[in-house]
Amino acid sequence: MKKLINSPDTVLQDALHGVEAAYGDRVRVIYEPAVIVRIDAPVKGKVGLISGGGSGHEPMHGGFVGPGMLDAACPGEVFTSPTPDQMLEATKAVDGGAGVVHIVKNYTGDVMNFDMAADMGKGDDIEVETVLTNDDVAVEDSLYTAGRRGVGVTVLVEKICGGAADDGRNLQQVAELGRRVNANGRSMGMALTPCITPASGNPSFELADDEVEIGIGIHGEPGRFREKIGPASQIAERLMTPILEDLPFSSGDRVLAFVNGMGGTPLIELFVMYNEVAKIAGQRGLTIERNLIGNYITSLEMQGCSITLVKLDDEMVRYWDAPVNTPALRWGV
Amino acid sequence: MPITRDGALDWMNRFAGEMSEHRQELVALDTAIGDGDHGTNMNRGMTKALEKLDASPQDDPGAVLKTVAMALVSSVGGAAGPLYGTLFLQMGNALAGQSEVDLPAYAAAWRKGLEGVQARGKAQPQDKTMVDALIPAVEALEAASDLDGGLRAAVQAAEEGMKATTPLVARKGRASYLGERSAGHQDPGATSTYYLFKSAAEALAG
Repeated sequence: MKKLINSPDTVLQDALHGVEAAYGDRVRVIYEPAVIVRIDAPVKGKVGLISGGGSGHEPMHGGFVGPGMLDAACPGEVFTSPTPDQMLEATKAVDGGAGVVHIVKNYTGDVMNFDMAADMGKGDDIEVETVLTNDDVAVEDSLYTAGRRGVGVTVLVEKICGGAADDGRNLQQVAELGRRVNANGRSMGMALTPCITPASGNPSFELADDEVEIGIGIHGEPGRFREKIGPASQIAERLMTPILEDLPFSSGDRVLAFVNGMGGTPLIELFVMYNEVAKIAGQRGLTIERNLIGNYITSLEMQGCSITLVKLDDEMVRYWDAPVNTPALRWGV
Repeated sequence: MPITRDGALDWMNRFAGEMSEHRQELVALDTAIGDGDHGTNMNRGMTKALEKLDASPQDDPGAVLKTVAMALVSSVGGAAGPLYGTLFLQMGNALAGQSEVDLPAYAAAWRKGLEGVQARGKAQPQDKTMVDALIPAVEALEAASDLDGGLRAAVQAAEEGMKATTPLVARKGRASYLGERSAGHQDPGATSTYYLFKSAAEALAG
């Protein structure tokens, strides 16, 4: 394994120092416990927005801290959920008196640590609402598993809730909107290659040179099936069909289409995939009103992509279009 | 001999040693059916716990366990942080203020810890989790008539429970996404729990 690191044990700390060196004018980095906070937090009267999760998915979540999106992010170790003291620290740092929304991806560790933070924070008099994302349709048997995983829709929830919070929406309204985006969003991912965590040094799974895994999770969790690699059009069909059938999306729906790279995928391939997604959407009578293409919720160096579709309404479009100024997502400013 | 503060400290030192020594084994087990971080996380957590234990005097066994709990909660993350944190916190609370802990009190503390783990993680027996090693070991302690015998029986029960996770299909945590493919692998959480009982027997049995 070759990686640009000093030591597996210092990856997170070293990367946080890098974030501070790069963006110290707009974010404050707290090291113990690790939190990335908007430099002007708390914003008085605004609902605070925090998220967190294991590292290795950059730019999510730390790259989304800034006006119009998150007020703080809690980075865990690579692929390990952050700890309750991080969420507590972040919640206190961003509370401007209007309450705080926790955006939590549905993974056992993330949910438990955010739950513990909520237990430990009782008595701090900060009102907290949780928005749980669980958009991964690859998980079929959610009764006998930890449930559907939170993936691509998380980025969109963070952006849309960020716009709503900036616009003065209250705690309940921001949380409800976030839950609506999640409820109307579906995702599925695929991998061409596995990823390698710095701590283990080994691939997270084995995949033959000519095989792809359809339905992969962002930590290399297995998907629905493996098959010989086909053209991009076939892979797009494999991902789009379960997504379209699950909600279900139907002719006339307005959608946001998000083609996300897993970290090691060249952007040119993401545009090849986006073209296929747009074709399928067109055949189904969907109108892609907004799109996002790039590496936003990654899985270290994994090659592959995920597709997320969200059925839009006017309020979602309005807050998607609202100005955002973060290291990884920036428009309208 | 009842369990004293020094006994509890010895136990935690040995457990930290096991987590360091078996870090790669736990990483390998977790890579097979999870996300490959269990050994690294437990080693980091117990290293932090020993630092905290060294930093301030501990009054009694319960205080030792509570200090370890808070260190794990704030340094491990993942599912193991809240689960082991809750286990030690509930045990520590159950033993609060007792300078000498006998078998009934020790077994009762384990029962509280087990209940806390199940409340936090919602795992049932046969879900292929740490609970599969915990339950038989706690029951062995409760059935024992003396501390030494109970500790030895508990290690054996934990080891059997750990090994019995191998054919199970995971229903909790990240391994659950594997479905049938999780069968054939020993659960890493049950394995670290076995080491917790092994270190307890080595430190606390006469």
